[in-house]
Amino acid sequence: MRLGIAEALRKAIHDEMARDPSVFCIGEDIGISGGFGGAFTVTLGLEKDFRDRMIDTPISEIGIFGAACGAAIMGMRPIADVEYGDFLLCAMDQVVSQIAKMRYMSGGKLKVPVVMRAPVGVTGRGSQHAQNLEPYFLSCPGLKIVAPATAYDAVGLLRAAVRDDDPVLIFEHKLLYGSKGPRQESGAVDASSEIPEEDYIVPIGKGIIRREGKDVTIIGSLLMMHFSMQAAEILAKEGIDCEVLDPRTIWPLDTELIFSSVKKTGRVVIVEESPKQGGVGAEIGIQIAENISDYLLSPVTRVAAPNTPAPFSPVMEKFYIPQPERIAKAVREMINIV
Amino acid sequence: MQKNIYEENNYNLESVKILESIGAQKALFMYQRMLEIREFEERIKLLFLEGKMPGTVHQYIGQEACAVGVCSALNEDDVIASTHRPHGHAIAKGLPMTELMAELYGKITGCCKGKGGSMHLGDMDKGMLPAIAIVGGNIPIVMGMGLAFKLRGEKRVAVSFFGDGASNEGAFHEGINMAAVYKVPAVFVCENNQYGASTNRKLVMNIENIADRASSYGMRSDIGDGMNVLDVYKRAKEALEFARNGEGPTLLEFKTFRLCGHSRRDPNNYMSVEEKDFWKKRDPIPLFENFLVKQGILDSGKITEIRKAVEDKIEEAVKFGQESPEPAAEDTYNDLYINMEVPR
Repeated sequence: MRLGIAEALRKAIHDEMARDPSVFCIGEDIGISGGFGGAFTVTLGLEKDFRDRMIDTPISEIGIFGAACGAAIMGMRPIADVEYGDFLLCAMDQVVSQIAKMRYMSGGKLKVPVVMRAPVGVTGRGSQHAQNLEPYFLSCPGLKIVAPATAYDAVGLLRAAVRDDDPVLIFEHKLLYGSKGPRQESGAVDASSEIPEEDYIVPIGKGIIRREGKDVTIIGSLLMMHFSMQAAEILAKEGIDCEVLDPRTIWPLDTELIFSSVKKTGRVVIVEESPKQGGVGAEIGIQIAENISDYLLSPVTRVAAPNTPAPFSPVMEKFYIPQPERIAKAVREMINIV
Repeated sequence: MQKNIYEENNYNLESVKILESIGAQKALFMYQRMLEIREFEERIKLLFLEGKMPGTVHQYIGQEACAVGVCSALNEDDVIASTHRPHGHAIAKGLPMTELMAELYGKITGCCKGKGGSMHLGDMDKGMLPAIAIVGGNIPIVMGMGLAFKLRGEKRVAVSFFGDGASNEGAFHEGINMAAVYKVPAVFVCENNQYGASTNRKLVMNIENIADRASSYGMRSDIGDGMNVLDVYKRAKEALEFARNGEGPTLLEFKTFRLCGHSRRDPNNYMSVEEKDFWKKRDPIPLFENFLVKQGILDSGKITEIRKAVEDKIEEAVKFGQESPEPAAEDTYNDLYINMEVPR
């Protein structure tokens, strides 16, 4: 069955709730009859089968993540979501100081199996509903962070997250959901997949090579994986053979896969939709530099958003988001240096 | 609320009735628990001032009746969450003083294996969440614990302890509102000790009673004398039963006072001599002791015996704390994730 990410997640959440009565959803506008099913339709209609386990909340992010934390400690498996990832910042204390640290502070005597879902992406909404928040949470030990770029991975990682005993933060991309009807996004990119009938998971901490190549490794997640694939196609026509690596998990990073790919190609371009300062690219880049610098034929290169908030103007926004052509240009410059 | 809540001694005919209902044995147990907290804190103060204890401490001296009154009213499987001032709640919930002292010393035998320290004392195996040292932070979490009980149809109650200062946090507003909306089985115990660190509540709140805020959330509320352990017990019991019966949470305020500094070596110069004297006369331990003597449950011989038993327990705890092994430095990497090594 071919599904987009929103439909695939909906089915996966439904199946997990049917499988395990301790799974419940909590968030704003998630289970209102006649409503949206969350900002991007992921939970649309789930209240029909699970009215008691679809907890519609006030606009209270501290409350949502506090509730998830407390319920998880008492043996439940909450899936807590925010309508836009940006709102995670309202709940920063609960996510960073409570959910992520509680097990550690207890000396390992309790567990906090919370799943957190947060839509990200620079998508025509200006600065406060359109940022990629991965870097804020990458510096937070205690969390696992995943970022599915396809419907297949969204299902596999959601299942893995729900079944994991540690807190997992899932970043989903607004342009990849494939949301339909009134919640359709302009500029959407097809991320649908064939979803197998059988119960599978995508292991947390495992990346994937999306395209094999020998000249350069391009690393990108979410929308940037798709743009990196497009860049690789442009470059293929010019005789440059790119390998595209999708980390899928932002923490813990699949350094084994990253290192083996970069050792093979000797060159790496890391693409990210958030500002370059203190980003995911900085972490991946320095890990490569610390561990396998002898294999590098060129310096590690990052293609990222400018060090500014996301602008609204479509002209500026297009400049802000690394476009396939900008990624291709960085690769060409790298090849020419050698 | 009692009209005479700030009177020097609130033990009265009502207290006699409560005493009759709980019995002499339980009353003596509560008396001993309050003494244990007091003596534990007095000993820690010395150890800390002598430089023998690492970190910082926020002490519970003066507020013992709140923790003991509430925790004595709990069922075995009820759970509590505390604050940066958790020593009293931990002792009242029945965590062994040996493990608490070891935790204060950062030892591997501590209740959090040395990873928590003074501000995060707790043990979920004994129904106490590691204390949440972010002011107001435990309120939404306790709401979530109650939500879990409600979703599973369990007759358990989650209790949040916090101070007057926490009631000005956003977490209070969000957590209390959601608890009221979902009617979760929880009790929110505000120990109004008059000060957030050095700031008197009157400087930062235009209302006299924090419990008054409950009405804006459609939540039940009650106010009690936090220096009278029997009054605390009775009001806590009522709130717990209300929650257990599925009727919803309560915002339960106790008027109390910190008869010690906020932390470390704080001499609390921001409190007037008159204020300190007033509250010193309301010290919950002598008040309860005198009441029990008058009721014929305690006498000087029994007091000496109980005090000796408490001192012995403190001695044992200090010895255990001091002589327990340190964690290995590399233990830093343990206890974060369940099924994953910390990437290095």
